[in-house]
Amino acid sequence: MPHIDLPKGMPGISAGFAFRPETAKPMRDLAHLLLHEPNSLTPGERELIATYVSSQNDCYFCQTSHGAAAASHLGDAATVKQVKTDFTHAPISEKLKRLLVIAGKVQQGGKHVSAEDVEAARQAGATDIEIHDTVLIAAAFCMYNRYVDGLATWQPRDEAMYAQMGKHLASEGYRISSVPQPPRKELSTAG
Amino acid sequence: MPHIRLPEGLQGIRGPMAFRPETAKPLNELAETLLHAPNSLPAGDRELIATYVSYRNDCYFCQTIHGAIAAAHLDGDEDLVKRVKADFQHADISAKLKALLVIASKVQRGGKHVTAADVEEARQAGATDIEIHDTVLIAAAFCMYNRYVDGLATWQPREESLYRERGKQVAREGYVQVSRQYIPEPELQTQGA
Repeated sequence: MPHIDLPKGMPGISAGFAFRPETAKPMRDLAHLLLHEPNSLTPGERELIATYVSSQNDCYFCQTSHGAAAASHLGDAATVKQVKTDFTHAPISEKLKRLLVIAGKVQQGGKHVSAEDVEAARQAGATDIEIHDTVLIAAAFCMYNRYVDGLATWQPRDEAMYAQMGKHLASEGYRISSVPQPPRKELSTAG
Repeated sequence: MPHIRLPEGLQGIRGPMAFRPETAKPLNELAETLLHAPNSLPAGDRELIATYVSYRNDCYFCQTIHGAIAAAHLDGDEDLVKRVKADFQHADISAKLKALLVIASKVQRGGKHVTAADVEEARQAGATDIEIHDTVLIAAAFCMYNRYVDGLATWQPREESLYRERGKQVAREGYVQVSRQYIPEPELQTQGA
């Protein structure tokens, strides 16, 4: 059961977003910019970084929904699984492997990222903005994951639901909710 | 030296925010809503939560600037800020804020560490659902801001007077207003391109 009285029937972060629309807006905008808007890193690559960090943080909802979004972009669910268990042997670019190393360090704490990690990413072709975005995606998921689990949100074990959500996220991005909104009555009571 | 080529002369988070104004906008808006906008939790309490989490994450820039903003909200009581960081259970703050700091410290370690008993304790001390929500999100958000600032190895000068002055300004004007001083206008960028 969630720690606070969140709108019923809304999975994961969508319940927190519906409970507090004022904070939902910048959080949605940030995810949309980092994961969905045009970037020299593909949306599939960026979703893999988000999925990997969420998996390291043991957040079921985030790793499953972003894993589904990554699979939808890549048309390949096996790669998503392999990135979570052992990305060094996954069929992904050397550059993405180097960026995942950086993301893994950020997950442990910002100071873990070394100049050598960054140099290795650069040698593999990463630009400053790609390194920046990798650090910020990893940092942002240390927020989203803690928000989702820290409120003990409802996280149904329902693969079909996440597959549907992943398709929606991959095509529409993050500014519009991917799940049905609670009835108006409930929202006005919360306000 | 920062890991990437950030604009020079900007401390802490200001460097990467000026480097990437697109992501700076929601980052500042989130801080504004959580820490500066009207709320049943006083701004000083919310800044103490941000300072405490940043201290636990060992982020010098964030704990120093938010500590200065907290002190500015608390009539310049820098000593109280120090005591909250060192041992908040014995600091001169409300039982409610102590219970919220317990929740924040759990979130800092990981979301799943927060227990129903922690939340019940905060509720018994008078915390509302929205205050519990905001505490969780402030703590979670600083696990992001701290990692962003240290993960890029930003410039963080050890100069207390600088933070003290900045803290007063941010406490007065808020995050979005102050960010206009160091983040380039998108229009100007387009003209320059």
